[in-house]
Amino acid sequence: MAVLRKIMQTTRRDFLGLAGGAAVAGAVPIVTLRPLEATPETLNAAIRNVVGEAAVRSGKVKLDIPPLVENGNTVPMTVSVASPMTADDYVKSIHVFNEKNPQPNIANFYLGPSAGRAQVATRIRLADSQKVVAIARLSDDSFWSVSTDVIVTLAACTEEVN
Amino acid sequence: MASALINVPRKAKRGDVIEIKALTSHIMETGFRRTAAGDLVPRDIITSFNCRYNGAEVFRADFFPAIAANPFISFFTVAKESGKFEFEWIGDNGFSSTASASIIVE
Repeated sequence: MAVLRKIMQTTRRDFLGLAGGAAVAGAVPIVTLRPLEATPETLNAAIRNVVGEAAVRSGKVKLDIPPLVENGNTVPMTVSVASPMTADDYVKSIHVFNEKNPQPNIANFYLGPSAGRAQVATRIRLADSQKVVAIARLSDDSFWSVSTDVIVTLAACTEEVN
Repeated sequence: MASALINVPRKAKRGDVIEIKALTSHIMETGFRRTAAGDLVPRDIITSFNCRYNGAEVFRADFFPAIAANPFISFFTVAKESGKFEFEWIGDNGFSSTASASIIVE
């Protein structure tokens, strides 16, 4: 009996170890593959509206949103850009977009060299589990972006009014 | 009447990067919700926010329905001189609200 229990324990531990390993292994491809996914047209159109024909490179921008959100009605969001914020190298504006809300825009923020730090925080609404994209326009008119996936359990925006 | 909460440091050293927080009460009705009867509730949101530091604009934002009710915003600026921060919110249906805060820069 004792032997059997020992075997079972080992198996369970092995199983958990395997499961954990699988979860980690599974998480990595999801993160790296997501940007390749086709983004809905409205999102692309909204982004093109802001950047025009310019190329958007990924990097420099950081988007802090909790990865798992219980209530989509108020989701804290912080967006920051790695920039020295000097008179000749600063962030002009930051634009935040979403993929699945009824409207692709979330907010536009306009900064200047006097901001000192390119960081803005607000609270947003998310109608569904989706991708949030932040694009920064620097003083040399280059565009940098980042996208983050957020899982929302209670959706916002479209529910009935009581 | 809308009420606003502003958080600006009372004192700062010249050249310090300071954080400014502003919140105003507003329903931010998205215009995408329906009543139980199926009627669309008209949009009523704040569309723009700006902050002036001694008359010069230091920060501006455009809001969309995806901004949560009672919009909160936090941003940074460099403390240059003593004076006044003025905040303004503009929205649908002629909504307009202002607030101000003063700072002493040493």
